[in-house]
Amino acid sequence: MPTLPTLPDAEQLIAQLVSRLRDAIGADTALVGIHTGGVWVAERLHAALGLSTPLGTLDISFYRDDFRQRGLKPDVRPSDLPFEIPGRDIVLVDDVLYTGRTVRAAVNLLFDYGRPGRVRLAALLDRGGRQLPISAEWVGDIVDVPADRGMIVLVCDASGRLSLTMEEAGVGA
Amino acid sequence: MSAHNPQLGPDGELRHLLSIEGLPRATLMQILDTARSFVSVTEREIKKVPLLRGKSVFNLFFESSTRTRTTFEIAAKRLSADVVNLNIATSSQSKGESLLDTVANLSAMHADMFVVRHASSGAPHLIARHAGPEIHVINAGDGRHAHPTQGLLDVYTIRHYKPEFTDLTVAIVGDLLHSRVARSEIHALTTLGVPEVRVVGPRTLMPPDIEKLGVRVFHDMNKGLRGVDVVMMLRLQNERMNGALLPSSQEYFRSYGLTPMRLALAKPDAIVMHPGPMNRGVEIDSEVADGPQSVILPQVTFGIAVRMAVMAILAGNG
Repeated sequence: MPTLPTLPDAEQLIAQLVSRLRDAIGADTALVGIHTGGVWVAERLHAALGLSTPLGTLDISFYRDDFRQRGLKPDVRPSDLPFEIPGRDIVLVDDVLYTGRTVRAAVNLLFDYGRPGRVRLAALLDRGGRQLPISAEWVGDIVDVPADRGMIVLVCDASGRLSLTMEEAGVGA
Repeated sequence: MSAHNPQLGPDGELRHLLSIEGLPRATLMQILDTARSFVSVTEREIKKVPLLRGKSVFNLFFESSTRTRTTFEIAAKRLSADVVNLNIATSSQSKGESLLDTVANLSAMHADMFVVRHASSGAPHLIARHAGPEIHVINAGDGRHAHPTQGLLDVYTIRHYKPEFTDLTVAIVGDLLHSRVARSEIHALTTLGVPEVRVVGPRTLMPPDIEKLGVRVFHDMNKGLRGVDVVMMLRLQNERMNGALLPSSQEYFRSYGLTPMRLALAKPDAIVMHPGPMNRGVEIDSEVADGPQSVILPQVTFGIAVRMAVMAILAGNG
């Protein structure tokens, strides 16, 4: 079996993202994390950047394009956008950018709250493999990982420390 | 519970919602958790999600009920389904036959989901057995048997105000004998771990073997309400009052009407519920129905989210 690509340290990627975002976002910018990993990343960015607009969270379960195949997963959480959406400058935050389908669903969901002024994307890691015309404005790092290597997931330990791990293909599906 | 529950598929997934009886706690909790997310959807500018786009939901109401039908219709539309309402007056002859003929015809129109209200207990089960494997059936009230979405929206409402089911004492008051709502509430409450469920009502309106459902029976309302966290009133149907079961509505109100004085026997923060439509001055005093402890209107709002959750979970299960 070929060796898996080494995954970068998630904490270093957070630091990278913080420095890249710092000068690019304004006082009224709202960060919106996509459940679950994206929310962890967004919480860290929000604290490090000292943003005054409260953090938003999105659960895209009701907007997934594979609902017919997979059904509704049991752990749906309410989405929460505690600020006015119309005209707002929004940065969506996800953990691993891959096919782009999650981001598409998140954008559709966002627009059901109103018409934002601008929506940009920040991702902790871009692993390639896009199936939609979507790219991130900011990424912590880019590592090309072929689809057959499985899913990259973000893990948060009891102390709040983040790390990236590989869930090998063929284990689940 | 029998070996095979017709509501569940081979992997234990929900295929139909016919009755709360026999459903595992995890399934009820999934519906309640999912409903919480749908409540947040109904607070948005656009109160619609695309989950059931291209699906057809048929409301089959063999017994009329504008309120229940409307809430199912709104729920289906907020899931982006196409909704067809059929109010089918029950014919006196060969009900079984015409029912299955109706189902066969609607199946041929590529229905995806039937919401069934019927005066006969078991009609939704019959439809679920005979509808195609890709059709999901939701019981919207059948005879005296069950009204599962009402039971679910009631426990959703309780959980919203009293988050820990295992700390609660709940009283269900009124006509237990004819109430499909009460049966569904009792099954939901006991499955979710409510330690004390009381039923309160006159002997003539109490099923003889109701203790078997795990409830405590009270015929004295003052004793039944003492120290409870939740008071769930039942609707007294007018047709019951003219028969031998009850002397008069005034008499009933004197013994079992929920007045401010009686409510004061419950815990100070107790909530008051009613499935609607209310008979003010018969089972409930207006001062209570419109008072600060009443959560009767929130029940209606939550009911839409709960019905959205049930439909979405069913549609997602193939």
